[in-house]
Amino acid sequence: MTRRKLLLGALVAACSTAPLFAMRARGGEAQEVVVFAAASLREVLQKVALTFEKRHPNSKVRFSFAGSQDLRVQIEQGAKVDVFASADWKHMKLLADKEMVIEPVVFARNLPVVVVPKNNPAQVRTFADLPKATHLVVGAAEVPIGAYTEAIIAAAERLYGKAFHEAILARVCSRELNVRQVLTKVALGEADAGIVYKTDALTMPDKVQIIEIPSQINIVAEYPIAVLKAAPHLDLARAFVKLVLSKEGQKTLAEAGFNQVGKQRTK
Amino acid sequence: MLGLGGLLLLFLVLPFVALVLDGGPEAIWRGLGCSLTWPALRLSLGTTLISVVLVVVGGTPLAWWLARSRWRSARWLEILLQLPVVIPPAVGGIALLLAFGRRGLFGGTLERLGWTPAFSVVAVVMAQVFVSAPFYLQAAVQAFGRLDPNLLAVARSLGASPPRLFVRVALPLARPWLIGGAAMSWARALGEFGATLMFAGNMTGKTQTLPLAIYTALELDIHTAQALSLLLVVFAFALLLFLRRFNRGFEAARGAATP
Repeated sequence: MTRRKLLLGALVAACSTAPLFAMRARGGEAQEVVVFAAASLREVLQKVALTFEKRHPNSKVRFSFAGSQDLRVQIEQGAKVDVFASADWKHMKLLADKEMVIEPVVFARNLPVVVVPKNNPAQVRTFADLPKATHLVVGAAEVPIGAYTEAIIAAAERLYGKAFHEAILARVCSRELNVRQVLTKVALGEADAGIVYKTDALTMPDKVQIIEIPSQINIVAEYPIAVLKAAPHLDLARAFVKLVLSKEGQKTLAEAGFNQVGKQRTK
Repeated sequence: MLGLGGLLLLFLVLPFVALVLDGGPEAIWRGLGCSLTWPALRLSLGTTLISVVLVVVGGTPLAWWLARSRWRSARWLEILLQLPVVIPPAVGGIALLLAFGRRGLFGGTLERLGWTPAFSVVAVVMAQVFVSAPFYLQAAVQAFGRLDPNLLAVARSLGASPPRLFVRVALPLARPWLIGGAAMSWARALGEFGATLMFAGNMTGKTQTLPLAIYTALELDIHTAQALSLLLVVFAFALLLFLRRFNRGFEAARGAATP
């Protein structure tokens, strides 16, 4: 019995000191802005964060990069987050419907492209050559890149006919759960072709070749960003979003292969 | 002491309680109706059954040899064979790809011969065998190692040939541990995710096993993923329970186990 009490005491002590530590962190010099961002934004947002930390010497940007859907679920489950940058509208809207985010806006656009291994074993040179690939890897319909891919393949049916459409579907051998997995399988040569975002393809220039998708059937992926209503650091969060949308932030995004956002647009 | 044990118990049990309670039965029922559910369950059952049979058929003689071998390298080999337990499953998947993938060390030759395991149900079974075999091997090596050497010597002196010794003496004596090892190995195969995703890909009805379906469903709706997880948990629990009963019944039937 006494041991049990001792344990309880230790627990209570641990709990009551925890806020002390938290307070010290808040009162101390560095404030952390927590940014949850889609995996495809890793390199580019880290660059933006460097600029941000220079402008706000008392702050630090802490990232969590993962699939937009995983991040959205974590936010719904109560993760303490200041900014959410999603790879599509679906997950941002789900949060907006629950009134968890403040006025999401598009901050970047990305183009799906076909990638083939550098040595191009299936000799795929244009989008119309896709049926030549014996192993085609795409994203699962449940994740953004997969949903875009489905829409592109459906549009291709209108352009190239039903046989083309069926040939492509017959070549699909895996529906991966994120863009990087698609890219990896193409880079390793396991797949003869895959469909990924242009920005991802540009990260492996020595492993894959890019083949553009005809613009009349391609889809422009929009990336929305928003400050969370429950953001622990509301002002800093706003400042971060502002920097991403600024001329400077947009220049960094363009350098990474993102299409710039012409005019601000909300949904 | 009791308090510490109780804390661990709570910690281990609460997630399963949440898995059952969160969202309510209606959400779970709807989740079970998801189109991913049944193809994945069928595939998981079929492939893990094949995997466990392959593991037992190949693993039993290998473990017997390892346990009896006086060769020093056998100990090293035993450690090497345990590696899949500690490496992250995704690394196992990459290793399998590099070995048997279309551009892999041996896969390239296979493809030139007109066949490739990548992205097929064969790849699913290969991934499962790779990650689950060590569990059986370990149990089997230990079981054979624990057999009374005098008993084996007596059997030999009474004229039992080595194969007969293995089949008629060693196997029956080691059986409860072998079954326990096979159950662990089966459970590991059923939960296999990382290596499968890397090596076999994710195609509904073809390579999308239950764990992959759970991860895919998570992109749709957390309750669907929850329902599928419950299915996996209930199934694994039932199997482990059955094996335990089966083993106990076996023990009771033959009196006290000797090893």
